[in-house]
Amino acid sequence: MSDDDLYIYVTDREGHKQKVDALSGWRIMEIIRDNELPIKAECGGCCSCATCHVYVAPQWLDKIPPPGEEEVEMLDEAFEVEDNSRLSCQILMHSDLKGLEVTLAPGTE
Amino acid sequence: MTETIKTDAIIIGAGPVGLFAVFELGLLDIKCHLVDILDKPGGQCAELYPEKPIYDIPALPVVTGQELTDQLLEQIKPFNPAFTFNEMVESVEKTEDGGWRIKTDAETVIEGKVIVIAAGGGSFTPKKPPIKGIEEFEGTSVFYAVRKMDQFRDKNILVAGGGDSALDWTLNLHPLAKSMQLVHRRDEFRAAPDSVNKMRSLVANDEMQLHTAQPIALHGINGQLQAVTLKSKERGEYDVECDTLLAFFGLTMKLGPVANFGLNLHENLIPVDTEKFETSTPGIFAIGDINYYPGKLKLILSGFHESALMAQQAFRYIYPDKKLRFQYTTSSSSLQEKLGVN
Repeated sequence: MSDDDLYIYVTDREGHKQKVDALSGWRIMEIIRDNELPIKAECGGCCSCATCHVYVAPQWLDKIPPPGEEEVEMLDEAFEVEDNSRLSCQILMHSDLKGLEVTLAPGTE
Repeated sequence: MTETIKTDAIIIGAGPVGLFAVFELGLLDIKCHLVDILDKPGGQCAELYPEKPIYDIPALPVVTGQELTDQLLEQIKPFNPAFTFNEMVESVEKTEDGGWRIKTDAETVIEGKVIVIAAGGGSFTPKKPPIKGIEEFEGTSVFYAVRKMDQFRDKNILVAGGGDSALDWTLNLHPLAKSMQLVHRRDEFRAAPDSVNKMRSLVANDEMQLHTAQPIALHGINGQLQAVTLKSKERGEYDVECDTLLAFFGLTMKLGPVANFGLNLHENLIPVDTEKFETSTPGIFAIGDINYYPGKLKLILSGFHESALMAQQAFRYIYPDKKLRFQYTTSSSSLQEKLGVN
């Protein structure tokens, strides 16, 4: 499969769901930011700020490697953390995640 | 009234770009005073990711945020810059002699001939929980920092967070408080193990309460908090009584008072030209992540380049009668003398 076919769905803080093009090997945070959706991601993707917090649609959770200790600790600085909370800078896009659905969490504005 | 500090260039922000600006300005005999809201130099590099490796600094295949900061401090040492930490520049005004005067939130007044804004993503400020109506309680019963401990004597305190700030203040305020509760989203803490152990023994002795939950709503009247609704997996939503909430969820960057300096802005960034990196106001420059121009890349190395060009124009303002000579540190004996290597 070529990269051209990859995409994800992002729901913003207002509830608008958008389909955006994705590239294999990119971080989900970068894909969201590159598509000019509002995501603060102020540390730039090094798991140091928790401002790229997203909720991953439950059906996708088992397709993504679980969060590392560093990500779990960083989620302590996020708000309204749920079982499907992830830092989108810690999820790498690849072909199995084609169609992944994420929702931007509070604190990413 | 404190005495006015005088300098040549006032640099707002002591991150990597602000620090390197001291070097470029220093080579041109321009003295610098840096102001930063953090308690240390390094900006994001020191505050957000001191231990994280950076791979795109020229000639440094890998360097951590703290190492980069330390190396820059070493590099600018010959120029002996002055620093004001823990303060935020609140206002900027023109002086009678065509220079600039800034005032900080701690009433420090600094006068200089040029201003260099190197404020990155803005000022670091505490993250505020996105709880509806929280603003109404801020400053009276919701706080994001402790300035005077005595303010919290005999209070029924709820501390939120799981890091060192949350644990330290839980332990420090416990002896003063009427009651102490801590709420954290999981039963594990990234704070120092010793603090966590102390907290757990207080809980075991019924001297305080620990909630594995997250605050979701505040209740009270006229800014006075009476209870906080917590949400946990085990207990669902429940209210805890308290009159004070201390929330410690780390820091985030906000543009802050820079927005009120009278400069043109473009989506919270400061537009500059790409020859001098000067703002819409002559004599005020913006370098690093806070500026905007076509093709801008938010890279540390871009900020370094911008520093060098900015310094050329700053020189023209500060030494209008002197001729600007372009020299290399490898060959110029006068530059080497400034650097203390000759």
